[in-house]
Formats: sequence, C-alpha cells, structure tokens
Amino acid sequence: MNSVEGLLTQIRGLSSTASDVLSLQNVLKQADESLHAESTRLLPFLDQLDPSKHSLGYLYFLEACTAGPVTTESASSFVLIIARFISSCVAEQIRLAPDKFISVCKRFKDQVLLLEEPLRGVAPMLTAVRKLQSSTEHLTTLHPEFLLLCLLAKCYKTGLSILEEDIFEVDQPRDLYLYCYYGGMICIGQKCFRKALELLHNVVTAPMSTINAIAVEAYKKYILVSLIHHGQLSTSLPKYASGVAQRNLKSLCLSYMELANSYNNGKIADLETYVQANMEKFGSDNNLGLVKQVVSSIYKRNIQRLTQTYLTLSLQDIANTVQLNRPKEAEMHVLQMIQDGEIYATINQKDGMVRFVEDPELYKTCEMIEHIDLSIQRLMTLSNKLTVMDELISCDPLYLGKAGRERQRFDFDDFDSVPQRFNI
Amino acid sequence: MDGIEGASNPMMEEMQANGTGGVDGSPLTSTSRRKNRPIVSGEPLDIEAYAGLYTGRTKIKRLMFIANHCDNPGMQLEALRMAYDEIKRGENTHLYREVVQKIDGRLGPNYAMDAAWCSTIERKAEQRKEKLESELNAYRTNLIKESIRMGYNDFGDFYYAHGALGDAFKSYVRTRDYCTTSKHIIQMCLNAILVSIEMVQFSNVTSYVSKAEQTPEALDPPTVAKLCCAAGLAHLEAKKYKLAARKFLEVGPELGNSYSEVIAPQDVATYGGLCALASFDRTELKNKVIDNINFRDFLELVPEVRELINDFYSSHYASCLEYLGNLKSNLMLDIHLYDHVETLYDQIRNKALIQYTLPFVSVDMRMMADAFKTSVVGLEKELEALITDNQIQARIDSHNKILYARHADQRNATFQRVLQTGNEFDQGVRAMLLRSSLLKYDYNIRALRKH
Repeated sequence: MNSVEGLLTQIRGLSSTASDVLSLQNVLKQADESLHAESTRLLPFLDQLDPSKHSLGYLYFLEACTAGPVTTESASSFVLIIARFISSCVAEQIRLAPDKFISVCKRFKDQVLLLEEPLRGVAPMLTAVRKLQSSTEHLTTLHPEFLLLCLLAKCYKTGLSILEEDIFEVDQPRDLYLYCYYGGMICIGQKCFRKALELLHNVVTAPMSTINAIAVEAYKKYILVSLIHHGQLSTSLPKYASGVAQRNLKSLCLSYMELANSYNNGKIADLETYVQANMEKFGSDNNLGLVKQVVSSIYKRNIQRLTQTYLTLSLQDIANTVQLNRPKEAEMHVLQMIQDGEIYATINQKDGMVRFVEDPELYKTCEMIEHIDLSIQRLMTLSNKLTVMDELISCDPLYLGKAGRERQRFDFDDFDSVPQRFNI
Repeated sequence: MDGIEGASNPMMEEMQANGTGGVDGSPLTSTSRRKNRPIVSGEPLDIEAYAGLYTGRTKIKRLMFIANHCDNPGMQLEALRMAYDEIKRGENTHLYREVVQKIDGRLGPNYAMDAAWCSTIERKAEQRKEKLESELNAYRTNLIKESIRMGYNDFGDFYYAHGALGDAFKSYVRTRDYCTTSKHIIQMCLNAILVSIEMVQFSNVTSYVSKAEQTPEALDPPTVAKLCCAAGLAHLEAKKYKLAARKFLEVGPELGNSYSEVIAPQDVATYGGLCALASFDRTELKNKVIDNINFRDFLELVPEVRELINDFYSSHYASCLEYLGNLKSNLMLDIHLYDHVETLYDQIRNKALIQYTLPFVSVDMRMMADAFKTSVVGLEKELEALITDNQIQARIDSHNKILYARHADQRNATFQRVLQTGNEFDQGVRAMLLRSSLLKYDYNIRALRKH
C-alpha cells in the first residue's frame, strides 16, 4: 500500500512540466508490475488523481485496474470511468504510453459490447482516436475499433467522417486491413459505392505475405460492389497486388466469381436462378443484401444501355428489352434511376413514353470551375507528396543496401549512382 | 453497252426489275449464252453448263458437293450422273466407289458398280507405280537432276490422278531440290498449289504463291493471273475479305479458261465482286471495281453481280438486295463460297444500312423500311444493333419512328474524361503511398528481426 501511496504522490508531483513527465514515465514503468499485482484494490485510489492533469499516471492505474476479467457489474462502472478519462485526458501524456492507452480502449470496447450498448462507445472512441493519432494521416489501432462500434451501433455518418481523411502512415498492416474492410462496409451502408470500392480495393491489393481471412471476405464484397457500381468485374487483380492474393483469392471466392460470370452474360433469369440456388452461402457470409442489390443493378445497366441508342422509347418496349414483366415495373425502375441521378429522362405517362435527354451539365458554371480548380490543387499536393516520399526512400539506408546488393540484376544505367558495395 | 453508267436510266431499271437482266447486248446465241451463265438469278443452277466450266478433279468435287447440298432430287441425280461419267474417264477408284454409293442404283443399271473396271484400274495403277518407282531409282543412282525431277513430277501426277493427295503433295514438294530453272520452280509451285486447294489446306497455298512470286522473270501473264486467283481463294478461306477482293480484282483477262482445274472466270467475278462490296468503302469500290477495265470483262460473265454492284453504288438498295436474295440459293452450292455467303450478305446489308443513313440529319424509318423491303420493327432492331456497335452515330425516336443523327459533343466528353482521369490519379497515388508505407513497415520488421 505504501508503494501505491508513494506512487500517487510522485504522480501528483511530477505531472506539471514535460521533463518531469518523462521522469515520471520511468518511475511508472518500474512500478508497473507492482501495480498489476494489486489490480483489484486500485479502484478507490483513482479518485485521488485528476485525469486532466495526471493523465499518464491515471492511465497506468487504469490499465492495471482493468487488467482482470470483465463482468457485467464492473463493466458499467468502468465504462463511465474510462469514458470520462478519455474525454479529459491530455493527448501528449498518453502518447508516451500508446500501448497502454490502446489496451484500455480495447477493454472499453469489450465492456460496451458486453453491455450491448455500442452507441455509448462511439463518441468516446472517436475522441480517443483523435487524441492518439499524431496527425490526421496516421492510422492507429483504434481506428478499426471505432469503425466496428459505428457498424454495430448503426451510426454510419460518424464513421464516414473519419473515412473522409486520407491515410498515409500505418502502424500495423492488420489495422489497415480491418480499417478498410469495416470502412467499406460503412460506405456500402451509406450507398457510397465508389468509396467502398476504393477501400475494399486497398485491402485486396495490400502487400501481404500470407492470405488472411480479412482479405478473402473483403474480396467477396469487392466483387459484389464492383458489379453494382461498374457493372463489370475486372478478371485479374492489378499487378501490384501481392502474389498470394493473385494466386489464391479467386479460388477462395468461387461462388462469387460464378455470380460475376452470370451477370456478365446479361440474362436476368439465369442470374436469379443462380442467386436462389446459392442463397444459403451468400447468407452465411452476410452478403444477402448486397446480392439483392446486384440483381437489381442488372436492370439498371440494361436501361442505361438503352439511353445510348434511343431518343424516345415506350415503357412497354423498355419492359421487353430489359426482361421485366410489366410496363409499370419499368416505370418504377426508370423513375428510381432519374431520382438517383443515374440517367436523365422524362416520363410521359399519357403516351407511356420515356424521352431520354443528354446530360444537362455544360461545364460552364462557377461551381464546376471551382470544383476543377480544387481538384487540380489537390492533385498537385498529392504529387508533391509523392516526390517527397520518393526522395526519402532514395536516401533510406535499407533501400540503398538492397539496391546495391541487387545491382547486377539491373541495367547499368539504372543504378550507376549507387556504389557497388554499400555497407552501413 | 452502258449497263454500268446507265444504271439510273429508268428503262434500265425496269429491265433490271425483271430479274433476269438481259442487258448483255452482245449478240450471243441462246446456247452459248447459257454456257457462259450457268448461274442465272431465280432459276435453279444449270448443272451441265456449270460443270462445263471446270476440268479435272475439281469438276468431280463440285458436282458431288452440289449433289450433297441441293434439295432438288432431279438436280441431285443429274449432278451424280455427270460425276459418274467424269470419274469413269479418269482413274480415281476411291471417288468412284463414293459416287456409286451415293447414286444407290437410282439411275438404272448403267450407273451401277462396275467392279471389273475398278479392278482393272487398280491393277494398272499397281503396274504403273512399280514402273515409276524403278525409273525413279534408276534416275537417282544416275544423279541426273532433270530426270529425278521429272520422276517425282510423274509420281505426283500419278498420285493426284488416283486421289492420294497427301502423297501427291509430298512428291511435288520433293521436286524442289531438283529444280534448276525458274520455270521448274513455277511448275512445282503451281502443282503444289493445286493439290493444296484440293486438300483445303490454304496455308500452304499462301506460302507457295509467295514462293512463286519471288521468281518474277519466269512469270507470264496467265501464270500471274493464276497465282492471283489462288491467293484470292486463300484469303477468302481465311475470311480476309478485303485482301481476297483486292487479289481477285488484280486478275488479268489473260486468265481465260486456263485455270479451269481450279476456278472459272465467272467465279473470279462473283467472289471478287461480293467480297469487294462487303469490305470496300465507296472510293475504293468506285476506283477498283466500277472503273476497273479488266474486271469489267469478268463482270460481263455474271451480269447480276455487275448490276447489284452498280445498284449499291447508286443507292438502289432494294434492287441490290433483291439480286442478292435471288443469287443466294445458287451461291450456296459453290464449294468455296458456301460458308461465307451468310457473313458476306450480312456485311453487305449492314453497309447498305449505314450508307443510307450517312447523309441525313433525320431519317423517316418507315421510308427506310420500304427502301430495304423490311418491316419497321425489324429495321429498328437492325439499327439498334448497329448503333450499339458504334457503326451508326444516331439515336432512335421510337415513338415517332425517326432516326436522328447524333454527333458527340467533344467539349463535354473532354471535361468528363479529364475529371475521371483526375479521380483515377488521385485514387491511384493515395493507394500507392499507402502500400509503400506498408512495405516499409514490413521491411523494417524484417530488418529488425535480422539484427
């Protein structure tokens, strides 16, 4: 007990300046084991610390407290404590002990799920993420946890706000896979198929040495979203995808590849029979909703093709071409597509005719010019970033070592600036 | 006679509408006219006249092909009878047995299996073969190039007459090592080409034609014409209609009847005309076909083809398509053309549709359907296929049945492409930076483990 008391005094004393905090950190590291030994009795001591001033110490204490197994009663009290801590802690202090912070937040997530109230965890987790990341381009281990909570709580919009930011720095590859996979699911929920496709594409083409389940599930969803958004699936993964992915992914998602083939053939009846036959399989992967969207998208694809050849067309003819049963159904489809902005047309109910018009966008308005200007600037920034990264890598000793060793494999001209034997 | 330039003359039109076209004004007697024009549109093929155009093995093959593919039993029996007679004049017992089996006794006792003839022929063949072999061996020991060449040549002729085409080809090709003058080479090439055409191995035909063309000093005009025909047939078989048309159009009038063991001048006109119509554009059609003096003589032999080319050029699509329809049944009996007729007809029809719509901003589909003798619904389907294929730049107003020309808006298309490219670049670069950071992490881990 004495040591705990002494520790508390030290924390209170050494939490004011940055150098003090560093020495405090050393003290805490040495005291960590003893704290863990007394984990069950530490709870009352937490009241003596102020999370906003003594964040680092509080964190150590909290981490030791929550180290044990979680029960429903303790969960509700801990949830409140941790939520309060997260909202009031000081970012610089907790960044000194990121692992501890991450494990505390993970336990927080588990507790919130145990209580079956994921919504309670969403806001605190968002704050946690913001405090942990060193910059908005940094992906922490907490990002996927946060997205998981958003998915379970069904508040997709909050999730989307995090997804808007570009990620360039990654702590662990597994974080990225999970982040992109959950992010893809959130975008699908919000019907932003373009962004979903981008995120899922990142998982599928990420460098990996062995095939993992996240990539397989992501590829299944990727196939379905690609069919919905583009109406086609490119049969091979791009060259930069890892070798394991290129070799194994397709064979692990056979029924989805079959679905894509059936879609490409364009016969709606065949597609529907295939879906019916494999309903269980799609259901067990939780992809039934997506599959249904795929089937409805084939009608859209066919109607879009009609806009290229016809100026006006009767609803009856549309129904016949697209293999729908009645003109009323065709009308519903066309109406939906006009509302979604996928085609430009007017329906004349008196004659039962649809008139297709050209895209009214003339690219002459101020908004369009602004949009183009912003895009150009954004791309220029990206380009600069790319150049900077290229320069950094060229100076990286690891890279130079590897390039120097493998020099004889390449042309003389590629690497004549690197000395033959480059030893560090 | 101005059947070509005067096609728009209403009197000519009337005569053309009759279908039998009697516009070759030169004074021919009825029999010689029939001899020159076995394929008369609308009437069934005149087998005697048709067979009279050819000699040798191809005559027999063509007659048997007609017998196999035609519906009319009278024509079938006629063809088989003529084939039988022709085979009896030769030495091919294998084909003889085939023909007899096909006849099946329907032509009476005169056309039944003559086993005695068969065995006589086969015995003679054996004797001749032994003689040729011993002669060849003698020549080979003597090492006289010319005699060895003649020996192999004779072997080739022998095998060809008895239907062993593979052996014939091998023998002819063996003469190559013993050819001394370019005339010999040409002879070898022509023999090889003949056998290859009979064996339907057109890749060999192309290679031997090019080989023959490499010795220009020995090429006299009939040989040049023969080589053009052979090359044309090879291209036709390979479905390269444009090249085939060009080759057939190059055939000079010196061909005459000199290549009757392969092709008749009527065929040159038909194949060349149809392929040209299906694959040339208007300028080429005018320059190479309509204004081509040499080819004009060939077209005289098949006035229907000449008329339909002129009709197409002067936009009388209905009558052009009518001629085509009439010729179709007879063309399906042609041994080289039958499996290309459908494709060529489709291509010609599509070209007609495209050419019809080209000069207009809007086209009334009802009038167009009349011009092409089809229903509006059918026309709409055809146009839809062509528009989807991007061969016609237009859009259909299905309510009023009008076709409107549509010219792509370059400015909008450019803006769209620019924005799309920008997005793709954005996505690609961000993904790339992400991947490189993952790779760096991976590399760091491995480097740490090593140390």
